[in-house]
This record gives sequence, C-alpha cells and structure tokens, in this order.
Amino acid sequence: MSTLEQFPETLAPASRGPRELSHLGVLEAEAVHVFREAVAEFERPVLLFSGGKDSIVMLHLAARAFAPAPVPFPVLHVDTGHNFPEVLSYRDMAVARAGVRLLTADVQAYIDDGRLQERADGTRNPLQTVPLLDAIRGHKFDAVFGGGRRDEEKARAKERVFSVRDEFGQWDPRRQRPELWALYNGKHKPGEHVRVFPLSNWTELDVWQYIGQQEIVLPSIYFAHRREVFRRDGMWLAPGDWGGPRDGEAVELRSVRYRTVGDMSCTGAVDSTARSVADVIAEIAASTLTERGASRADDRMSEAAMEDRKREGYF
Amino acid sequence: MTIITSIAGGAEAVGGAETGLSTKTGSLLRLATAGSVDDGKSTLVGRLLHDLRVVMPDQLAAVARVSRERGLAGPDLALLTDGLRAEREQGITIDVAYRYFATAKRRFILADTPGHVQYTRNMVTGASTAQLAVILVDARHGVVEQTRRHAAVAALLRVPHIVLLVNKMDLVGFDKDVYAAISAEFARYVERLGVDDPVSIPISALRGDNVVEPSTAMDWYQGPTLLQHLEDVPPAPDPSAEPARFPVQYVIRDGKQDYRGYAGQLVSGVLRPGDEVVVLPSNRRSTIAGIDIAGKPTDEAFAPQSVTIRLTNDLDVARGELIASANAAPGVVKELTATVCHLSERPLRVGDRVLLRHTTRTVQAVVTEFVHWLDVSTLTTIPAPSVLLANDIARIRLRTATPIAADDYAVNRYTGSFLLIDGPSGDTLTAGMIGGEL
Repeated sequence: MSTLEQFPETLAPASRGPRELSHLGVLEAEAVHVFREAVAEFERPVLLFSGGKDSIVMLHLAARAFAPAPVPFPVLHVDTGHNFPEVLSYRDMAVARAGVRLLTADVQAYIDDGRLQERADGTRNPLQTVPLLDAIRGHKFDAVFGGGRRDEEKARAKERVFSVRDEFGQWDPRRQRPELWALYNGKHKPGEHVRVFPLSNWTELDVWQYIGQQEIVLPSIYFAHRREVFRRDGMWLAPGDWGGPRDGEAVELRSVRYRTVGDMSCTGAVDSTARSVADVIAEIAASTLTERGASRADDRMSEAAMEDRKREGYF
Repeated sequence: MTIITSIAGGAEAVGGAETGLSTKTGSLLRLATAGSVDDGKSTLVGRLLHDLRVVMPDQLAAVARVSRERGLAGPDLALLTDGLRAEREQGITIDVAYRYFATAKRRFILADTPGHVQYTRNMVTGASTAQLAVILVDARHGVVEQTRRHAAVAALLRVPHIVLLVNKMDLVGFDKDVYAAISAEFARYVERLGVDDPVSIPISALRGDNVVEPSTAMDWYQGPTLLQHLEDVPPAPDPSAEPARFPVQYVIRDGKQDYRGYAGQLVSGVLRPGDEVVVLPSNRRSTIAGIDIAGKPTDEAFAPQSVTIRLTNDLDVARGELIASANAAPGVVKELTATVCHLSERPLRVGDRVLLRHTTRTVQAVVTEFVHWLDVSTLTTIPAPSVLLANDIARIRLRTATPIAADDYAVNRYTGSFLLIDGPSGDTLTAGMIGGEL
C-alpha cells in the first residue's frame, strides 16, 4: 500500500480510505477464506471445472488462496461430448498452466454403453448428474467446489456456502444448516459430501469486473466473433454433431458471443459486438435478460427446473 | 440521486478496478430485513428489486405467466421472492434468502429472513453478518411483540444500524401523527437496548413511497428514502481499527522453496512485518517475518483481507490457533458464559456434550449451566427452563476440554461468536455470543 507512505504514521489509522477494500476485494477475501476452510476441513476436495468463466475465476482464486504452493486438489470436468472445441482447448491450457490434475466424467461413454439414454430433444445437460455423482463416489470426494452464485436463480438464492448432500447426492432443504458469521460447518457422514460455493455472494457483474481487474484470459467464445448459427426457441444455437439444425432451421453467419458456456445443445449465443471485457460489461448493462434466461434452454423448461435438477444432485 | 441497475452500477466501478486501486468508502453493505408477511416485507423486497430494475423483463414475464396460471388478476411481485417447491411440500421455510442489488454508490447484499414468531433463529442467522437491520411495522398496528423481538435480536447480535420502516402509510391516510407516535414508541424501546437515535422512515411499499422514490403524499417528512439512507449510512465500525486477530486456517508449505506460511483472514486490526505477536492458546511469542497476498509479499495487511503470515522463529503453529497483537491479546479460557440462540429442533440440556466451533478451532465442550432464559419481547429474564428449544434465547455456561482464545462478542463479532455442533450427526445446534449481557 504505497498510498499509506504519503501520510504521517499517526494519521494513517484515522483515514478510512486507504484501508478499505473495494467490493471486489471483500468478495475475493471471502472466497479465499472459503477455499481454505474446505481444504483444511475435508480429506478429498475437488473443483468442478467446465472451462466456463465462473469455473475459470474459481481456479484463479484457488491458485491465489494457496500460493506459493500449488492448488492442493484436482479438477473434474463433466464432459457432455458436445463441448465447444475452443473451450476444450482452453481447459487443457488452463489446467496445464495451473499445474492441477484433470479428471473427466464422460457422458458419451454412459450413452455408448446404455447406462444413459439420449434425450429426444438432444439436450445433454440433465444427463450430467449421473456421471458427476459416480465420479464423486468413485474418487471418494468429500468436498466439491462449484461456481454457483446466489444471484443466478431463485432456487440458488437460499443455497448455503457449505451445502450438505446425502449419499445419493441429493439436496434436502431440511438438512441445510444455518450459517452464521463466517463459521462454516462441514461435518458429514461417510458417503455424504458437501458442495462448497466460494462465489455465493458474487453477481454476474462482479465476475466480469474481477476478470477485468485480474486480467484473466477467457475462451474466445465469450467475445464477439462471426459464427454460423440457427434460431431455435428464441436462441442462436451453433450447428454440430449433437443434432442441429433440423429441417427448416436456416443457418446464417452472425456476430455473436456466449454469456454462459455449457453444452452446445442448450447454450445459446447472443448478438454482440463486444470484443473486450469492458465492451462485455457495457453490453450486460444494457441487456434486459438475465444470464440464464438469455442463454440456457434447460432453465426455460419449467418454473422449478433448476430446483428439480439441484435436488437430484446437479451442480 | 442516480438510480441505475446493478449492472450499470458496476460498469462505472470498473474504471476503479482497472487502475487496480478501487478504494471506495463502504463499497459493500450487508443488511437484513425482518417483519412478517402481514407487515409487507415481501412487497418491500419486491418493490426494491423492481424499482432498482434488478428484476429483468424475462423474470417479470415469468412472474406474469405464473400469476396467470394461478388465476390471479395481475402479476404478483411477491412471486419474485417466493419459496421453493421443496419448502411448500415439506411445510418448512429455509431461514434466509439472499438478494443482490446495487446503485452507483454501493453494492448491497440483503439477507431476507421470514419473520414469524417461531423464526427468531432465522433473524439471528441473517443478522449475524448484517451491518444494518431493517424492521417493518404496519402503520395500523404500530409496535407489536414481533417488532420488539426483532429489535432485541438485532441489538443482541450487535448489528451496528437499525432502521424502522413504518409501512402501509397509505392505509392510515399518510397521517404524520400516526408515524410520529410509532417512531417515538420504537425509539423509547430500543433505548433500553442501547440503541440511540434509530432512523425511522414512513413508507408505502405497495405504492413505492419513500422506498426508492420520495413520496409525494407525505410533504411533512423531510428525511431520506430507504434507498438514500442505505447509500449514505456510514459503514460499520472499521474492523481494522481494533486489535489484530488472525485465526490460522491452514498451513501452506512449499517444499521446493522451504516455505511455511499461516493462511487465514485477518478478522480485525492491521499487521505488518516486524510486529510482535502472540500465538494462542499456546501463548508463544513471535515476530512477523513477512505477509503474503497470493504468494507476493505486502508491507501491510488489514481486516478483512485473506493473507498468509510468516513468523521469524520456527514455531509449529496449527489450524485453530490465533495470532494476535502481543500488546492487546484476548483472554484464554475454558469456562464460558454466553448468550445463545438455540437453532435446532433437537433440544439442548445441561450436561450435553457437544463440539464447540470457535473461529477455526473445534473443541469438545459440555453445557454446565442454564443461567436464565431471556424473553426478547419484554426484555425480562425468566428462571432457566430445563431444556432449550429452537428459537429460545438464554444465558448459559460451558466448559471446554481445551482452551480457546476469545474476545467478548461486544468487542469482536468474529472472535466472540461460536456454534455448538452435535458430534454424531454433525448438525448445528446453537449459536453463541461470548460475554456480557444484552
């Protein structure tokens, strides 16, 4: 804090300014605290890593929380088989740079051997739950870091920072413990695990501001680019092996970007000319749609779509 | 006053972030709301989110669609803060829902707590991190038992600011005298709690009067709207002005560089390399060799930063120990007297063996005595009952198996608070505040 050196020692404590964290500073300190609590209290933590911006910010925070030591847990990617190639190559680069071990749970393998059935609509997002829970069980993970934020959706507004899941991975409102002060209770029984959400109090904008402040590199598809897309359910979807476009869905070349990154079958692009983080923030400011409403077909299915998936053990 | 959405608010702040030194005063305010459904709390929260345009058109469309499906005449804004289906099915209410909004001046985290009489624990939970408590009353009914309860809980949890909203002013003809009488009664009551000059604001959450926009129906009120007050209220007492307290969370070792650092969050005070410190409860002295943030040395750390501390001598410090200023260290105790709020459906009895979670330390403890029970509606003490039930507030005594380094809650909310946990189930039972009476 070089600013302090400009003041006589006696004046420094009285001047609040230099010793006050920005809201991003407060949120970062809280997230780092949560990462360290979980690593100290659990035997086998893992970080869910999709290559989406929230999980990228999570990996960045984890690296900062434990520096100069390496991140003390592996990352797990639930691979739907319908990923954007740009995101997969980003994932491999980010994991190598952070020096963490990458584990994958492969939805395609479950479909190939019949453990899961392809859905009629081609969407694989809901299919991720079974491979995720199998991986948690198989690796005996007891703490699973997720990038969920309470501002995303109604079902998440009441989520705990430490959220206990039963041995079937299910979220039961009765089992959710009150969280007071900064005291997180991670006690759980054998076979159960705890989902840990360090970004609970962040908003979409906080994530983008933090990306800007920390100069975090993102997959290129978060910024405007020319892409062939077609219209379905009011969203711009990218053609691919997953089953689009159908007859009558015309493909056109547009300048688009992605607000969220998920499975190609259910993640829509938005029209955009935003080429930098600052452009993106300005564009979000003018948007009249929530992040999920703009780009996630899976959340449009019903009023309680997210709540239902969460109870079953989804991210 | 400029009102912009949460998104636009941040867009402006980014300039500060890009310079790497965004140090706006009180840039984040945590608040808790209390009041029953009948007081219009859902309507107030819905109004705040709606007028600040936190609610996007796609969410409003969803509200309109569900309202239509339920056969309602118009969109019901309370649906924005409605419970989950799991709660309705099981007939329970999860204690706290968190909402986020922002203006050009500040970011806000709102802990929205259901306020039925039986949900004292919810308000305790929401208030534990709040810097400001918003308490609603219905102008037709004035200060009722619940109002007194909520104010007492806010005072007990040492929430620095309390705001009374006299709601439904439209239903009392915007009568100045009604408002003045309720404000005066509330001020008299909270004075007994040690709260001076509570702010009170006459509003109509339904119409939006004095929530975000000033009322046109109450010329006699010259004070701020709720939002103006939230934007301008001074932030909580500066935690960095208190003696340094650093609970050790985790030991970071890097064999390659022979690095050993103690990771934690500075909950109060300021620490610099060269500072004399004491490690508690083992009572060992040391000097700070260096402080790192994200692996890079810094010449000062202040609350509430998360940092890593290196000490000069080769002490073996473990998770659960406290690094504190050597000249202003807390007491080390095994006997505790505390005011507690029981949270669990499972009762607490004298003689119960529990885990006591204090800062980053978990120790065995036994409940030795119930001193008395506190009726927060009347501020009277009652001879202790034989069991504590959910939502009870009481003075109790505990003995721990190993010592803890603790401050009075009145001095430090983080080194003065604890949880009691049931060992076999892992359930959180009770929240406690160490030291003096309310």
